[in-house]
Amino acid sequence: MRPFTALFLLVMAILPGLAVQPGERLADPAQEARARRLSLELRCLVCQNQSIDDSDAVLAADLRRLVRERIAAGDSDRQIRDFLVARYGEFVLLNPPFSERTLLLWSLPALALLAGAGAVWTLFRRRRAATLAAAPLSAEEEAALRRLLDTPRQD
Amino acid sequence: MIVETGHFALALALALALFQAVVPLWGALRGDGMLARTAQPAALAQFALVTIAFLALTQAYLASDFSVRNVVENSHSLKPVLYKWSGLWGNHEGSMLLWVLILALFGAGVALLSRRLADDMVGATLAVQGMIAAAFLAFLLFTSNPFLRLDPAPIEGRGLNPVLQDPGLAIHPPLLYLGYVGFSIVFSFAAAALLLGRVDAAFARLVRPWTLAAWIALTLGIAMGSYWAYYELGWGGYWFWDPVENASLMPWLTGTALLHSAIVMEKREALKTWTILLAVITFSLSLLGTFLVRSGVLTSVHAFAVDPERGLFILVILVAFIGGSFVLYALRAGAMEGGGLFAPLSREGALVFNNLFLSVTALAVFVGTLYPLLLEALTGAKISVGPPFFNAAAVPLMVPLFLMIPIGQKLAWKRGTLAPSLRLWWCAAAGLALAALIAYAERGGPVLALLGAALGAYLVLGALDDLVERAARGGRARILGRLAGLPRSVVAMALAHAGAGLMVLGIAATAFETERIASLRLGERIALGAYTLTLEGIAPYTGPNYSALAARFALHDATSRLAELAPAKRVYLGREMPTSEVARYRHGLGEVYVALGEVHEGSRVDIRAYDKPFVLLIWLGPVLMAFGGLLSLSDRRLRIGIPARARGLATNPAE
Repeated sequence: MRPFTALFLLVMAILPGLAVQPGERLADPAQEARARRLSLELRCLVCQNQSIDDSDAVLAADLRRLVRERIAAGDSDRQIRDFLVARYGEFVLLNPPFSERTLLLWSLPALALLAGAGAVWTLFRRRRAATLAAAPLSAEEEAALRRLLDTPRQD
Repeated sequence: MIVETGHFALALALALALFQAVVPLWGALRGDGMLARTAQPAALAQFALVTIAFLALTQAYLASDFSVRNVVENSHSLKPVLYKWSGLWGNHEGSMLLWVLILALFGAGVALLSRRLADDMVGATLAVQGMIAAAFLAFLLFTSNPFLRLDPAPIEGRGLNPVLQDPGLAIHPPLLYLGYVGFSIVFSFAAAALLLGRVDAAFARLVRPWTLAAWIALTLGIAMGSYWAYYELGWGGYWFWDPVENASLMPWLTGTALLHSAIVMEKREALKTWTILLAVITFSLSLLGTFLVRSGVLTSVHAFAVDPERGLFILVILVAFIGGSFVLYALRAGAMEGGGLFAPLSREGALVFNNLFLSVTALAVFVGTLYPLLLEALTGAKISVGPPFFNAAAVPLMVPLFLMIPIGQKLAWKRGTLAPSLRLWWCAAAGLALAALIAYAERGGPVLALLGAALGAYLVLGALDDLVERAARGGRARILGRLAGLPRSVVAMALAHAGAGLMVLGIAATAFETERIASLRLGERIALGAYTLTLEGIAPYTGPNYSALAARFALHDATSRLAELAPAKRVYLGREMPTSEVARYRHGLGEVYVALGEVHEGSRVDIRAYDKPFVLLIWLGPVLMAFGGLLSLSDRRLRIGIPARARGLATNPAE
């Protein structure tokens, strides 16, 4: 093997590769599935908008290991989330929990839908009222109408 | 010399844009047709000048002219020609030059294709386009000049980010920009209509082809970006709710709403104020997207520019255009008269429903994208808003919208009944039968994914049913002939809606993928759904500007050897981080997808392998949507509805 190839293989070997590595996984498939689900909701703090499940970063691997350790130790999902928030702050959660800080975030889409639906409804009602109330026939129109109605049908 | 020519052309383009922003507008408002008409040659000349600048920079890239700083920072002499050329827009300065080029392209398009329009309308529209061009040309020249020289020139360039060295770079950014910069012209038309007080059905008809053109490009651009991320990033995801993706999705959502509301405005003269507002909002969201991506306020995978000076400049542009257009809208919207009346249960009503849900979805994406930024700016608290939020917000809004599509198509204008929709029961039944079949074959499965499959099938069948039902109106005889004779716009609508259905099917299918994460020795095999992967070898190889290590796998199904798959890791010259090259095997509409992880002692590799059934539907759906858009663009109504030009042709038979 040429020296370059050897060096290259060495570099390749020490560089982290995949998101979840085979060696990281838990033996129990149910626990592993839980770990994967939980990992998708946790942010890789040094990455740009990636979950720790997706990321190749070393920190993400550390966090994945940490999550699996806690699961193996019997923690609930909630306990694990709380543990990570205590360490890294709410920034670590990709699913922001409902609190007064995120009140607007969670409620705005629903409020907008209600407000929009309300606006559409009012518009229809107002239009309808306007059509019903609009334009009583003028004297001439009234006369024209009477003429038409009084004319015997030709057919 | 060529580089200086480009630089000079850009400066001239700025001067011309300033002229174009002021003089034709003056003419339009004063009723001076001669001054208003100066907009057309100005727009054409501006396009020519920006093209010269663009070609000059292209030449510097192709010739690897390392006396130009932008080339040094983003190119390398050993890079394949495709990436030398497309690497031009793989960086901040170059991509802004592309932005301005497309802006000028749309201006020139209006100058050429709007001869039947009143002088003042063209003048005012191109003047607004000139204002946008002036702002962004100034931004380019003063903060992001791609033509700056370096002295002494280095021998070699620093190369392009390896992730970007992919054919996707040649396609994705130009399409995306054609889309979201293309909406600028719709904005300019809206601003001109407000300025001149001429908001009517003719306006809707006028902007429709431009809105469609931009929408088609944006649809394809987003789909292409998603497909690129799928095969490049190595874990097979297709949508990440990344802020940069959201930045392109927001104008797409409001642009789609605009496309639908403009139909109501064109046919019934209703929803005028709302349509104008959507035109303004759509381009405002494009500007916001440019700000988010180009200012570096988000540090996400795509944001490669981090410079507060630039951010502030774009923020000023953003505030000026959005603020200005909203003030104009507030002043003039009241003067617009409401048009045709319609009952809530009518085609118009269904399109209002569409607009409500699309706009609220756009708002949800907007809030989710900007909330963490604003919260941090105001309180210092850092939170993350990720995929779980966006899925929770968008899915409940999309489902009623999708359910409504086939029903809306069957409602009559003005006042409809649900009676014609009753025949859709067979589409719904077929969808549910499909879900039951999948559940039986897969022995269960996530309920949401099964319902998603039912929804997708209902959409596709509902779209086809509409065509068949229309063709069958004159009786069963010669139904095929009538099917072929349907107006293109009707077929276009059906295809676009069926495309949405295909996409939903593809997304639902991701729940049924098989994933294997494993460590394999030479000769070892793993099962992957109905397939088997065998590791046959590990070997290094070299490319033009990288060295790579590939693992060779044989892919078998129950009976035979199907393919050889060689996922690899590449290390590019001058870069430390390796990139992953996945290997894929297509079967029908699905794919086997293998990504290479760690390589141990040269004889054992970690891999992540997937069998993804029907995954290609995720992108084929949007492609079909865009094709529907193209078909609609070629509809008779838009092709022939140009009386003035037709008359011009009649009087000039020699032409």
